[in-house]
Amino acid sequence: MATTVPVSMRDRLSWRRLPPLARHLLVALVGLALIVVVIETAGSFRQGQISSMAYLAIAAGGLTVLTGQSGQLSLGHGALMAVGAYTTALLLQSRAGAPPLVVVLAIATVVTLVVGVAVGIPAARLHGPYIAGATLSLAVAVPGVALYFSEQLGGEQGLTLRVPEAPVWLLDTMFFITGQELTGRKYVAYVAWFCLVLTYLLLANLGASRVGRRWRAVRDDEVAAAIAGINLGRARVLAFVVSAAAAGLAGAVMALVVRVSAPSGFTLTLSLGLLSAIVLGGLGSLLGALIGAAILTFLPQVVTSIGQDAGLSDLQAAELAPLVYGLTVILVILLAPAGLVGTIRSGLAHRRRPT
Amino acid sequence: MQQLLTTTLTGLTLGMVYAAFALALVMIWRSTRIVNFAQAPMAMITTYVALTLIDAGQPFWLAFAAALASGLVLGAVVERVVIRPVEGGSEVNAVILTLGLFIVIHALAAVIFGARFRSFPAPFGLSGFRAGEVSIALTGFGIFTIVSVLVVMGLLVLLFRRTDLGLTMRAAAFNQEVARLLGVRVGRLLTLGWALAALVGSLAGLLIAGGSLVHPGYMDSVVVYGFVAAVLGGLDSPAGAVVGGLVLGLVLSLVSGLVSAALVPLAALVVLMVVLLVRPGGLFSTVTERKV
Amino acid sequence: MLELCDLTAHYGPVRALDGVSFRAGRGRITAVLGANGAGKTTMLRAISGLLPIQRGSVVLDGTDLRGVNTEELSRLGLAHVPEGRGVITELTVAENLRLGSLGRSRGAPEVALDAIYELFPVLGDRSNALAHVLSGGERQMLVIGRALIAAPKVLLLDEPSLGLAGRIVTHIFTTIRELVERDGLTVVLVEQNARSALSIADHGVVLNLGSVVAEDSAAALAQDEQLRHAYLGF
Repeated sequence: MATTVPVSMRDRLSWRRLPPLARHLLVALVGLALIVVVIETAGSFRQGQISSMAYLAIAAGGLTVLTGQSGQLSLGHGALMAVGAYTTALLLQSRAGAPPLVVVLAIATVVTLVVGVAVGIPAARLHGPYIAGATLSLAVAVPGVALYFSEQLGGEQGLTLRVPEAPVWLLDTMFFITGQELTGRKYVAYVAWFCLVLTYLLLANLGASRVGRRWRAVRDDEVAAAIAGINLGRARVLAFVVSAAAAGLAGAVMALVVRVSAPSGFTLTLSLGLLSAIVLGGLGSLLGALIGAAILTFLPQVVTSIGQDAGLSDLQAAELAPLVYGLTVILVILLAPAGLVGTIRSGLAHRRRPT
Repeated sequence: MQQLLTTTLTGLTLGMVYAAFALALVMIWRSTRIVNFAQAPMAMITTYVALTLIDAGQPFWLAFAAALASGLVLGAVVERVVIRPVEGGSEVNAVILTLGLFIVIHALAAVIFGARFRSFPAPFGLSGFRAGEVSIALTGFGIFTIVSVLVVMGLLVLLFRRTDLGLTMRAAAFNQEVARLLGVRVGRLLTLGWALAALVGSLAGLLIAGGSLVHPGYMDSVVVYGFVAAVLGGLDSPAGAVVGGLVLGLVLSLVSGLVSAALVPLAALVVLMVVLLVRPGGLFSTVTERKV
Repeated sequence: MLELCDLTAHYGPVRALDGVSFRAGRGRITAVLGANGAGKTTMLRAISGLLPIQRGSVVLDGTDLRGVNTEELSRLGLAHVPEGRGVITELTVAENLRLGSLGRSRGAPEVALDAIYELFPVLGDRSNALAHVLSGGERQMLVIGRALIAAPKVLLLDEPSLGLAGRIVTHIFTTIRELVERDGLTVVLVEQNARSALSIADHGVVLNLGSVVAEDSAAALAQDEQLRHAYLGF
């Protein structure tokens, strides 16, 4: 007869015993509260940066799930962001006839989702370098397409858009909560972070569900997964579509933040930057994607000013940022392939294990 | 008619360069099962080496040779130092590593050499010939392009098929373990393979640069075209890379002429997807794979 | 002469070789026998450095092979014909043989291709054919020829009779026996076909689950009925 281990009060209340949905919701609520505090206390410039971090994190979140959990490498998510951004810009050309912001964001997300299906279906049959090369081609092709349709899409200059005014109920609510006016910048920041929290909630729940388990099964051993009855193509396409929708939403938010949608904003650099972010944070980890997006947003300024102090020209100093995170990607792959989050997690697990 | 001839010749000339780049990718793929996406910025930075020498007053051909030599060295160093640890490991890691290199070399070039557009000389001139009524869009430089790629390819064929060194390199690529048992020093040969591939890539970079503008991103689309060409011919086939390059060059030239230059990268993507969906092993393969 | 002393190797958590010791003498054929999974191939891979050794030593004519890279072994006079033959099918017969010649040790004489063709005439007929068109028996002759062209001191053979018809097996085994007697070659012959192996071997080692369970002259092993039934299948 097995001896029963006494269940302490601490065990009963332990984090691990909560169902995943509850855990995620709690994190989301705490996160939202924190965000309100941060946005309200930050200066105007920082608020812009905070918004930038949000849309990068949304795209990175989708990408890390795709690459880390479903095992599909995509270098074309910058192109998918472009789809979301241009859709948003087209819908917000004039303030007068513009649909409500929620609808705009939804449409942008859905449009990109559809594109995601079109790309994801052929991509699901590709592996390793093939899918990397194909999505790389996509990333390189999109700016050209935007230029080709220069009449509708504004050519080199792109499309400028007008961010709609915040609805009155929101203005009142925010004033009630924070005691301060809701500026245009803050509005965009809140929208951005709200979208981020929502996206991560969805991604986290998917990851913890049967869907996520299927993705990881397909990633780890295709033959075994197929024998177990999992439809490989469907699982992979679903992952791609989900990440594409995230990228679309990210692009839409980006359009709101930057207020213009132009080909120069969606170069290969963006796609490679997203990849760097998720590698640094740790493939498959949403926390990692968040950290990676933060690095991507805040590091360039730091590195650039160091470069300028060292006597480099402005343009040269600006290139120091990609140099640094490119080097870090290389070092991470060579030394700590699990990324920041993965390495810390296994480090903690090691310490917890009894010797 | 005139237009068609011009488009065809341009396509073939450009196709030769894509063939060379595709060949570089195939060489590395065969030996280490890695697609070296960083080949493009590697070639770019060796072109900058040439440009620096030219600016310093050195003769063109010295600069040309220096670029090729630096490509050789760069390829060897990259394989030995950066790539060696991930050889034989996860595919995803290797791809990400080459992309990390891509970013680094790109940024390095911008920091060291600046991001502005620079012009690069084209030996043998950029004017076409006239044959009676018809002007032939084949420039001196174009001929040089075709000839130099053919010469390099010929030398590689000789190396691989007629020398003992080439034999050991092929053996190492076909069956590493057996080659080891036969005393083949696989590690050194992998380094050599990457060095040679980088040399070919550098040549492609110089040929694209000739008569054109050089900037840190100028080779970025070439890696896409080179990859598509390699896949078109079959990633394992050097001969396929050449044919794939020529075919792609023609197709893209047609698209550029008939539709728009802006849609050329999209056309390359379409070609890639068609090949991968219809004949994933390349035009010359008879394999369509089913795993389960 | 090849001597194994307390050789121990793991495949992950599984101990595949457990303290294997024996001596393969010069000018003799030592048969290594046992059922599937007994550790015979593992042992050869450990000798060749394809599998890391946890404990013990492998000594080839006085040189400790532990820590020597696989690629250097051919230059020390060790030839290993692996499981599955190891024909490089994308190369021609002549190229396969030339490859073998390139890896020979510095002191070894250069063996002419013709000498190998004399030994195995069918290879001479197909010298420019791609190796993948060869039949099983022809492939086996090719890889043995490829090993011999390096004039090795020690020859490791992993299941050469696998999948081959009796007549061909006899031909190959007889050729090996003649070479051993003519050149003083040391041969370690791993075989599941114990009967044939013992018919040409001088000495035999029986493995089971990674350990040596019997070691004796080939004749003695062949006559030990209990042993044969328990471990050798006949």
